[in-house]
Amino acid sequence: MAEAIFEVFRGNRDGGKPATYRVPIAPGMVVLDALHYIQAHQAPDLAIRWNCKAGKCGSCSAEVNGRPRLTCKTRMDALPLDKAITVTPMKSFPVIKDLVTDVSWNYRVNKKIPPFEPRPGVEWKMYQRDVDRVQEFRKCIECFLCQNVCHVLREHEEKEQFGGPRFFVRVAALEMHPLDSKSRTRILKDELGIGLCNITKCCTEVCPEEIHITDNAIIPLKERVVDEFYDPVLFLVRKIRGANK
Amino acid sequence: MTAEYETHDHDVLIIGAGGAGLRAALGALAQGAKVGVVCKSLLGKAHTVMAEGGIAAAMANVDSADDWRTHFRDTMRGGKLLNNWRMAQIHAQEAPERVRELEQWGALFDRTQDGEILQRAFGGHTFRRLCHVGDRTGLEMIRTLQDRGVQMGIDVYMECTISRLLKDGDRIGGAFGYWREQGRFVVFRAKSIVIATGGIGKAWKITSNSWEYTGDGMALAYGAGAELKDMEFVQFHPTGMVWPPGVQGILVTEAVRGEGGILRNKLGERFMEKYDPKRMELSTRDVVARSIYTEVREGRGTEHGGAYLDISHKASDYVKKKLPSMYHQFRELADVDITKEPMEVGPTCHYMMGGIRVDAETAQSSVPGLFAAGEAAAGLHGANRLGGNSLSDLLVFGRRAGLAAAEHAKTIDTTSIDSGQIEEAARDMLVPFERKDGENPYTIHRDLQEAMQDLVGIFRNQEDLTRALEELEKLKARVGHVGVEGSRMFNPGWHLAQDLKSMLTVSEAVTRSALTRQESRGAHSRIDYPGLDATWGTKNNVIAREGSAMTLRQSPVPEMPNELKQLVVEEK
Ligand SMILES: Cc1cc2nc3c(=O)[nH]c(=O)nc-3n(C[C@H](O)[C@H](O)[C@H](O)COP(=O)(O)OP(=O)(O)OC[C@H]3O[C@@H](n4cnc5c(N)ncnc54)[C@H](O)[C@@H]3O)c2cc1C
Ligand code: SF4
Ligand code: SF4
Ligand code: FES
Repeated sequence: MAEAIFEVFRGNRDGGKPATYRVPIAPGMVVLDALHYIQAHQAPDLAIRWNCKAGKCGSCSAEVNGRPRLTCKTRMDALPLDKAITVTPMKSFPVIKDLVTDVSWNYRVNKKIPPFEPRPGVEWKMYQRDVDRVQEFRKCIECFLCQNVCHVLREHEEKEQFGGPRFFVRVAALEMHPLDSKSRTRILKDELGIGLCNITKCCTEVCPEEIHITDNAIIPLKERVVDEFYDPVLFLVRKIRGANK
Repeated sequence: MTAEYETHDHDVLIIGAGGAGLRAALGALAQGAKVGVVCKSLLGKAHTVMAEGGIAAAMANVDSADDWRTHFRDTMRGGKLLNNWRMAQIHAQEAPERVRELEQWGALFDRTQDGEILQRAFGGHTFRRLCHVGDRTGLEMIRTLQDRGVQMGIDVYMECTISRLLKDGDRIGGAFGYWREQGRFVVFRAKSIVIATGGIGKAWKITSNSWEYTGDGMALAYGAGAELKDMEFVQFHPTGMVWPPGVQGILVTEAVRGEGGILRNKLGERFMEKYDPKRMELSTRDVVARSIYTEVREGRGTEHGGAYLDISHKASDYVKKKLPSMYHQFRELADVDITKEPMEVGPTCHYMMGGIRVDAETAQSSVPGLFAAGEAAAGLHGANRLGGNSLSDLLVFGRRAGLAAAEHAKTIDTTSIDSGQIEEAARDMLVPFERKDGENPYTIHRDLQEAMQDLVGIFRNQEDLTRALEELEKLKARVGHVGVEGSRMFNPGWHLAQDLKSMLTVSEAVTRSALTRQESRGAHSRIDYPGLDATWGTKNNVIAREGSAMTLRQSPVPEMPNELKQLVVEEK
């Protein structure tokens, strides 16, 4: 039977190193299957997270050959097998053990965001065309891969000033909800630091749910912030310049 | 040795952060209780997140003739009248309000032309009744509840597993558990506890369920003296993926059939014509699962031992819009484009109708202060659950459990737990580390899954079930010698060694109940007793613990009032 060689990070907060495992390949196998194989046969204490094994829960995020992926959706037949496949934890979050990282920071950021607040006395009618764009954002499975690749979080460690793409998606879902009454622009600007995003689109590229994070969430939100807080004339000029590019 | 542990106090402790647990937490919070929620995974990753097809509620947005009576009748008939009628009635009456509430908390369902919540057809439902968001309804539901909970300030203990319930005399006193991350112990003192831990699918080899589904809540309650009911009724969903091997068992939502998907065998025959010509693909799950199984067994299966499920006659854009995650799942995991070619599907272990026996109004078990809701509880679904009736169950009975648990907590002044129970719970957790040549828990788990798959599957008989009990005894002995490697820090092998105990207890309850029920009803099919039996139709199997032995008795199915009886008589 064909075999793949894996180099999986083993370690904890204090450091660690890759360990090598050999795994027999079955048709259609994904990286998470290989990790399960390693657990069952070679390293019962290998720490990983997973739940659905079908790309629905966002638990199994890691870096495969250096690329941020859901391991349950990363097919082995899409990876070169002539060299070892490396699996390492997400870089932007502190390692707890092996592939498991401390993502609790995300849950803390989430708490800062004011919840949905319907307009008083509103009639509960909404049309598909109005909910379509919000439903795109609500597809988010909180895999935090976008958080993992965003350079503001990754290199600049701006975790106190910057919420990250996941939470721009969440705010966009609330702001564009047809019946919501609250404005979250001040929080976007001051607490979630949306101004620090320079639209590199790295987040959009890794999103397994194919949410257009930058185009559909971040840019419209930046426009709202500009509209509300900066010179409306300057805002117009920028808009025109942008359109001419 | 004295165990080291941290202690937390709550009026109401909720074990489980799926739909049932979160809705219970909101219910208890609304009563002013101090609420804690414990869950094995991160918040938002419970099984509920995986639910696809929708949530059943007779809102009559699409078919105006629908009402609670019809929903009640469908549920009772689907459950082959073994359901607790009062639960079925409450469920049908309260589900629409619970769905509206979700919308008011920010959920965005797909819409009708007039701006109402859109509803789709599903097996066994007379009318189009399932409120949905494409095929990711569970995600919408869990996020909505989670956000609401965070806003109201619930304390969530994530990645924390409860391994034992603690008693204060005859009533509930708290729970003992461990943090997955560091392996440290924790004791929760609580006046009421709600179990919302979901099902037991991981005891079978082919399953749509995740690692969390090891029957913990049922085993915990059983250990604390509560009764389990209807344990023979395990739902095999007709359509799981069958190929490639790694994805075997992953769910293919019933919404594919709800949206018009057709089942065929390898000869191209639409075989449901034979088994249920009236309802065809939208027959109840027990019937469709057995039909596919029979086709395969009689040699008309597909290349990989399943049936074809085809939706490619619908417009490609429509399929992608209404079934986006199915489209991606097949494209990415099986190289199949479902807008152009059929899927290969076969039965997969999916849902537990049985569970903790509870009171219909309050969701309280036979142990004072111990409540249960969601998949962990029994009663609503009887012998077979209709699709979509679980998500509504979670909301309706989650809320009721939360309210009743908070009320109960008000009647209790203080709880005290003797340290002996805690010491014993800690010792139980630690012994596997001391066995240097202990057996690998993964091997035992694999053997359990094989035994349950082969011997306690879709079709059962006396001989297989008797053998299964023998196998379970051997497995129990092996679990007594399980060993773990490594440290207490985030150690899945250690966690599995613990989960195996729950799986074995619950598997035994399933097998004993299945052996006793000498008839075929709903999801329980006995080859040696193929028909319905009128006397068995009046009895539920009830399991309880006596000392260390598992006992089984029958309890009469509660009788319906006349006006409800009228509703469920089969029309000729
Ligand atoms: C793929 C799939 C699709 C489905 N689609 C539908 C659908 O369309 N419609 C429908 O009605 N139903 C559907 N179902 C069924 C439905 O999703 C489940 O029955 C339901 O979500 C169970 O909810 P719950 O709240 O009871 O438990 P869960 O959501 O499973 O939550 C259980 C919780 O308990 C916790 N827990 C378990 N054990 C312990 C322990 N020992 N200590 C601490 N915490 C513990 C877990 O961590 C988790 O948080 C589907 C199921 C699956 C698997
Ligand atoms: S577009 Fe903005 S949020 Fe996304 S990765 Fe780039 S800087 Fe980060
Ligand atoms: S936006 Fe996409 S990448 Fe980011 S957490 Fe959500 S699903 Fe993951
Ligand atoms: S395990 Fe759920 S997304 Fe991978």
